[in-house]
Amino acid sequence: MSLALNLFTILSVSIGAFFFLAGTVGLLRFPDPLTRLHALTKADNLGLGLVVMGLLPQVQWPLGTMKLLAVWLFVLLAGTTVSQLMARAARREGPDA
Amino acid sequence: MTLALAVDFGLALLVLAVAGWTIAVRDTFAAVIGFVAYGLLLALIWVRLAAPDVALTEAAIGSGLTGLLLLGAAARLRAIETPATAPGTALRWVAGGLCVLVAAGLAALVLWLPDPAPTLAPMAVAHLPATGLGNPVTGVLVAYRAIDTLLEAVVLLPALIGVWSLASDRCWGGAPILRYPRQDGALTLLAQVLPPFGIILGIYLCWNGADEPGGAFQGGAVLAAMWALILLAGLADAPPVSRRWLRVLLVAGSAVFLAVGLAGIWIAEAFLAYPAGYAKPLILIIEVVLTLSVAVALGLLIAGPPAEDPT
Amino acid sequence: MIDGTTLFGLCAAALIGFGLFGLIVHPQPLRKILAFNLLGGGVFLLFGVIARRGAGAGLSSDPVPQALVITGLVVAFAATALAVALLLRLAQATGRITLDAAASDAAPTQTQDADS
Repeated sequence: MSLALNLFTILSVSIGAFFFLAGTVGLLRFPDPLTRLHALTKADNLGLGLVVMGLLPQVQWPLGTMKLLAVWLFVLLAGTTVSQLMARAARREGPDA
Repeated sequence: MTLALAVDFGLALLVLAVAGWTIAVRDTFAAVIGFVAYGLLLALIWVRLAAPDVALTEAAIGSGLTGLLLLGAAARLRAIETPATAPGTALRWVAGGLCVLVAAGLAALVLWLPDPAPTLAPMAVAHLPATGLGNPVTGVLVAYRAIDTLLEAVVLLPALIGVWSLASDRCWGGAPILRYPRQDGALTLLAQVLPPFGIILGIYLCWNGADEPGGAFQGGAVLAAMWALILLAGLADAPPVSRRWLRVLLVAGSAVFLAVGLAGIWIAEAFLAYPAGYAKPLILIIEVVLTLSVAVALGLLIAGPPAEDPT
Repeated sequence: MIDGTTLFGLCAAALIGFGLFGLIVHPQPLRKILAFNLLGGGVFLLFGVIARRGAGAGLSSDPVPQALVITGLVVAFAATALAVALLLRLAQATGRITLDAAASDAAPTQTQDADS
């Protein structure tokens, strides 16, 4: 059982790390602010979600689990807000900003 | 052990790269964003150095609050940024050489630090039970080196007076303005959802600081950040700085700290000493009042001098 | 073989070099404030390295330098806030941001100060 859980953790965190890598590459390579934000949200949502999901079996129920979920929720909340603000600022300043 | 070293190596390279970029990049706004990232990476290094209390402070104050302050300034100065005359190539080379020399000297110092390293850890641990605290860093802050912490709390006040004194005559005693110029639904939502959790976290950090990483300054910084968020979103306005309750709140932390310290001359052996058996409750009272004062002082330092309402 | 603590010590020395360089060569005052804070981060990190080396008595780090750094971070923030306020006031009063005395003498106040 613990072997299966460990495998699940390794797999999930690895996929999460891959999404972070892909998001970072997109952030560096995409041409304008909106597409860069698009790449960033992939890293934030999918990457962090998968990392948190992978770590869940490794922490103590219930406090560790709740802490991880809280971290995930707060990062999502902050990430969405900042993306919104940046996207609106980018649209105001025009496509070449 | 080699894996940990590889992580440390990557972290050190990353922080150096971000620091170099922050210094080299042309756009001031981008440099400030680089600085925030630099602060967060430094916080990770503090965790690796087994100093979670400092990591919390670095993330909250060094990166978060300082970053917010500099971002606001960069945004306001962007319109009038004048292309100042950069120093010539010769001066750059001289400055670069000097800095390499300083860095090399410090690096040599790090490599030839005395071995075994001098430490006060055994003394800090030996007397910790007398304070009733479980976190040795808090023990140093509020018991062994209480005079430093008292002065640290006091120094926020002259800084704030300095900031306030820069108000123009017409705004004297008025309210500072920290509103984001364009109202935005997303920002408003964040300012409505986050503060309840942030306030709980601030209180938790203050309360927990006795035994676990945390303390008055970390808790106060989180509370100040929540206040700044509410002000930024325009959900509330900062109070005029001439309000009496505001000033009482500002000096309360230092005043209570000083009063307990002075009382120590009579009821304990010395200034800032705690009577045996009463150390923990006295420290708790100081920490709670100090957290409030620190939160208000940090928030007002971010808000800046009283200004005219643009609307 | 080098250990992580020494590595961070060398990193701190380099950060102080970077910060000092930025402080000297950047003409804009805000960049100078930024570089000074970057330099401060490096100095604090040196304290952290010395604290980590002083591990003992069951603690993994000497608490005294740690407490000093916490004090230092708060004081650095207060000083930065004052510096930023001074800079914004300078910009408001003269309409330009420069520390160059000659430039501000040659071109006196471009925009009228709000309260003069």
